[in-house]
Amino acid sequence: MGTLTSELQQLQEEIEGHARSYGLDFFPVIFELLDYRQLNQVAAYGGFPTRYPHWRFGMEYESLSKSYSYGLSRIYEMVINNDPCYAYLLECNSRVDQKLVMAHVYAHCDFFKNNLSFSKTNRKMMDEMANHATHIRRYMEKQGVETVENFVDTCLSLENLIDPHAPFIVRERLRAPEEDARPAVRRLKSKSYMNDFINPPELMEAERKKLEEDRRKKKRFPESPVRDILRFLIEYAPLENWQRDVLAIVREEAYYFAPQAQTKIMNEGWATYWHSKLMTEKCLTDAEVIDYADHHSGTLGGRTGRLNPYKLGVELYRNIEERWNKGRFGKDYDDCEDLGERARWDHKLGLGRDKVFEVRKLCNDVTFIDDYLTEEFCREHKMFIYDYNSKTGMYQISDRDFKKVKQRLLFQLTNFGQPFIYVVDGNFRNKGELLLRHKYEGIELKHNEARETLRNVQKIWGRPVNLETTVDEKTRLISFNGEEFEEKDLQDKVA
Amino acid sequence: MILRIEQDHNRFRQIVRGRIKKELKKYISSGELIGRRGKDLISIPLPQINIPQFVYGHKQTGGVGQGEGAVGTVLGAGDAEAGKQGAGNQPGEHLLEVDISLDELAEMLGEELALPAIRPKGRRNIVSVKDRYTGISKYGPETLRHFKRTYKETLKRSISTGTYRPDFPILIPIRQDARYRSWKSSVTPQANAAILYMMDVSGSMGEEQKEIVRIESFWIDTWLRHHYKGVEIRYIIHDAEAREVDRETFYHTRESGGTVISAAYKLCSKIIDLEYPSDDWNVYCLHFSDGDNWSQGDTEECLSILKAQVLPRVNLFCYGQVESPYGTGQFLVDLKEAFAEDERVALSKIENKDGILASIKDFLGRGR
Repeated sequence: MGTLTSELQQLQEEIEGHARSYGLDFFPVIFELLDYRQLNQVAAYGGFPTRYPHWRFGMEYESLSKSYSYGLSRIYEMVINNDPCYAYLLECNSRVDQKLVMAHVYAHCDFFKNNLSFSKTNRKMMDEMANHATHIRRYMEKQGVETVENFVDTCLSLENLIDPHAPFIVRERLRAPEEDARPAVRRLKSKSYMNDFINPPELMEAERKKLEEDRRKKKRFPESPVRDILRFLIEYAPLENWQRDVLAIVREEAYYFAPQAQTKIMNEGWATYWHSKLMTEKCLTDAEVIDYADHHSGTLGGRTGRLNPYKLGVELYRNIEERWNKGRFGKDYDDCEDLGERARWDHKLGLGRDKVFEVRKLCNDVTFIDDYLTEEFCREHKMFIYDYNSKTGMYQISDRDFKKVKQRLLFQLTNFGQPFIYVVDGNFRNKGELLLRHKYEGIELKHNEARETLRNVQKIWGRPVNLETTVDEKTRLISFNGEEFEEKDLQDKVA
Repeated sequence: MILRIEQDHNRFRQIVRGRIKKELKKYISSGELIGRRGKDLISIPLPQINIPQFVYGHKQTGGVGQGEGAVGTVLGAGDAEAGKQGAGNQPGEHLLEVDISLDELAEMLGEELALPAIRPKGRRNIVSVKDRYTGISKYGPETLRHFKRTYKETLKRSISTGTYRPDFPILIPIRQDARYRSWKSSVTPQANAAILYMMDVSGSMGEEQKEIVRIESFWIDTWLRHHYKGVEIRYIIHDAEAREVDRETFYHTRESGGTVISAAYKLCSKIIDLEYPSDDWNVYCLHFSDGDNWSQGDTEECLSILKAQVLPRVNLFCYGQVESPYGTGQFLVDLKEAFAEDERVALSKIENKDGILASIKDFLGRGR
């Protein structure tokens, strides 16, 4: 690893100055120069110089190295959400690339620092990751490499079972149920001959049932379905201490990375918006224009049919900026049906810049699309939805209707395209079995993979585990008791 | 410098090869990257291990895209999942595999058969690799761009397309104009090896027998090349007479006629004498035959040539006897009698294709 050369140092200072003058607000940024192998390593480790030993980083590394050495793709830069921000540059980038990349990096840092989704992330993650690595290495020394690695594999299988909103919810420790006295139905005082009138038996019966129901609810464990399954397992699964710690490490890292998945479009869009602004308005020399344009278009290009988050993001920011500059928002504009008037609409408000800064603070990808994707935008950018045609075995464009496009896009982004799974019962069948529920929203789980995952849940839970999901429009319970699977269709939900 | 990630990478490779953690084997999928080499599309294998998770079945989801096309336009084949390199977007084009390198293959062979590494003899010259920038290429890193040549190309193009204006001579290079310096590496070998293949092509050696020889010699080549930087290979065929041939002829000649093995050994010993002094070369002789020699007298001669002239100069002499319906197989028995104790001689009987692996182990199992 090397620090910047004095030439790059100069560039850095210049670009940092420009970035600040536009109002970007970031943690201090430390740049390091790496050769491609080192950069691939850092990228394989998710942006960190040190992670715990695990083969999947090696897998990632192989993939990056191969596509680099066959010239298919290369990483120009990596930047991590940390205070200070660390950014890694590829040593052999040309000067104009380094400029572009630095501008890009400052915008990412600004996003990390200011976007709400990142507000609860650990800003000392660099140290934390190193600590995790130390912990896991120590367990490997004690328990054996293979034992620990196998357990990490198991945990990673459940890595996505987290609740991305959890960091914002303050809650008490989940409590295990306690036995309590059965409360009696309150009766009013009455003479015995009046009793049937004052305390009518039907009412008493209903009251009793209600109490019973309440009690059952209270006894349910957890009281209401829990989405942060990893946390539930950490607290209640019969694990050894080192296992509990490993699971907690995997969970913590998953939470650290979650906001990046939630803001992919926004974050990349923001960085692209700013590198293009900084480069074209401030930094470029005449000689560099063509190379810059070449690489910039490389970032925004892509095959037809694929949505490029960089492009969608940057276009949407520009669109917002233009709309707020011209006052194309609010009731008057929305109600206006004269297309000509709409096209000429310009109140010269100049609110655009402030608005994009506000958006980058408050939104994540879901709200970004939900609030700001307009019909005009959708038409202008030729967006469509495509579906799998089971007859031809091909993906085909199926619609260009704005509402459908938006709905599909939102659906894909919700929970970053992951299914919703809850812990519903930690004492299922009153035998300490675990019941998970997949909230069905029209798309089934990959069945084989779900079974294999269930196997891993069982490894952690110890007792038999069950998953309630939907297969062919029917509710199905998949159970795994540690040795064999059982599947049956259900009439009703089980709990 | 060795990177920390190498450790993780090795572990991953080992899992993929099925050496460790066999329970993960069912999660391995053979992914690929699609690259381009000139006109051809090439497939770069990229094995992946997918840890199972609760995820959506992809086919049902479809997605959102951007671009031209009416409703119903086909985008691509169904099994190309979102995010994967767009396999299937170019139907009908031929894919070339750039599979594992031969080095990797040799390593796998070594692991599979538990072969010991070869300890080369001979002088240990220090390997020197020299890169010399002698050529020009159309592809390369920007740092190696050849400005003059690129300029020339641009000039040529703009004149030929008629956009060049002498009064306003501004040239804008496009990507196709770019020319790069390219280099050649020359290597001075560390330890040299010479492999001499001899094969009996008499009437009794049929197609199947030759197939076996081909396969076996491929693996032996691979293994030796893995250990030596410079390998030279010579081919000798014989029936009643012996002659040196090229590779193509070696594998495809079929002659009729008798078998006089000593002719081959004489030629072999002559080649070694003239071209591969044992001080500088690690010499390997491999002889394949169905073991049916013309006369016992000739066999005697063979043994004496081996003993006096060949064995002292070689690392290893291998004799592989390929089973054929016509051969008696007596030659193997005779060799065994004479050289059972000699560690420079490896003998093996190959009954059919399944016997090849065992026979390779017979030959190479000594680490010579």
